[in-house]
Amino acid sequence: MDSLVAAFLALLRRDLMLAFRHRGELANPLIFFLMIVTLYPLGVSPDVNLLRQIAPGVIWIAALLAALFSLENLFRTDFDDGSLEQLLLSPQPLPVLVIAKVLAHWLVSGLPMVLLAPLLGLLLSMPAAAVKVLVASLAIGTPLLSLIGAVGVALTVGLRRGGLLLTLLILPLYIPVLIFATSAVSAAAAGLPVAGQLYLLAALLALGVTLAPFAVAAALRISLS
Amino acid sequence: MWTFLHKFASPKHFYRIAGKMIPWLAALTVLFMVAGLYFGLFVAPPDYQQGESYRIMFIHVPSAWMSLFVYVFMAVAAAIHLIWNIKLADVMASSSAVLGASFTFLALATGSLWGKPMWGAWWVWDARLTSELILLFLYLGYIALVSAIDDKRAAGRAGGVLILVGVVNIPIIHYSVEWWNTLHQGPTVTKFDKPSIHLSMLLPLLLMAAAFQFYFFTLVLMRARTEVLERERRSAWVEELLG
Repeated sequence: MDSLVAAFLALLRRDLMLAFRHRGELANPLIFFLMIVTLYPLGVSPDVNLLRQIAPGVIWIAALLAALFSLENLFRTDFDDGSLEQLLLSPQPLPVLVIAKVLAHWLVSGLPMVLLAPLLGLLLSMPAAAVKVLVASLAIGTPLLSLIGAVGVALTVGLRRGGLLLTLLILPLYIPVLIFATSAVSAAAAGLPVAGQLYLLAALLALGVTLAPFAVAAALRISLS
Repeated sequence: MWTFLHKFASPKHFYRIAGKMIPWLAALTVLFMVAGLYFGLFVAPPDYQQGESYRIMFIHVPSAWMSLFVYVFMAVAAAIHLIWNIKLADVMASSSAVLGASFTFLALATGSLWGKPMWGAWWVWDARLTSELILLFLYLGYIALVSAIDDKRAAGRAGGVLILVGVVNIPIIHYSVEWWNTLHQGPTVTKFDKPSIHLSMLLPLLLMAAAFQFYFFTLVLMRARTEVLERERRSAWVEELLG
């Protein structure tokens, strides 16, 4: 058991350290997130009432896309330099190691999006109550995006041009998250209770944490066989 | 029973047995489809609200049922393939994908044709139409993944994992979309205690559903036979068969 915890922490530390050694890349998904949201007022209309109405969907769709693009690198570099193979050979259970990798990925790409969200809410003139729920929904939803996305990345990691394929595989699976999260934020903006939607998101997260690592582990073994 | 299954699972015997089954299944397809279309188009009375246009239901509803059935069929085949490593199960799953996508497309197209006179628009973001569209995306994702991987063995296993992930997600997607927006008429057949559909309309619907089932199995066996031949092209029995 101790060695499992040690392996988990070591992998987490390694991934976080690798991420901080490439600080420039850390900012890319965030800038992407910000830019997509900026495009909407330019493309649709700067009208405050309209923006307020579409804000939850806009921010969440931008978050989906940013998560998708940042995910591509989840296993890519490890696959290229062979350390992914070493990970598969390790005596520790692979699903636990997968959780460590996904957690590290979420800490460097998902968490910053959660922290950036109030600013985006402000840009789209969301009411304060809705901004709070937006942050909560992103805090529960983005780990789920990383977990579901990891399955797709694991399936496509061995392919030369997996990027577009990844989008095709993963976006349909993101739909429930999008529905519950945007519905919570819209309800909050309208002054309605939001506990139901957030609980459903949390239930999906619990399901994702339990099942996704096994699917990722199976997919990795297939991709590297 | 077990020896039969073992025999059936070996490509050589599958090829032979499937070849014998196909004409029978095809005959059943024709029989049920002719009967279903006759009762559906000539015997069943026009609907008191929707007039004649409801008759598209005899295509729309069976293809929507099939779109779900094929996905579950693929999931079962994928599970058998991943757990017991039976290659034939993977042949079945990969041969079903295109058929499932076609049924889904047919359900969408007929739904859109039906929606025009009923709802006044070709497409509305109704819950069940939307989840059918998402199902089409899931099929297309599977087909894209399997065709992107060159190694057939790895492709089958990766596709299998994707199908199993999808089958866990389908109920979640379905209910989330349902909750998001619904406009569709409620189910009228599954209420077995007191179906809100009249027998004269239910009979052709069930006949057509059976016809679609037989049609699917006819085609999937035909496709699986070709697939088996292609995969086993270096084995002795194929060379003996094709010379």
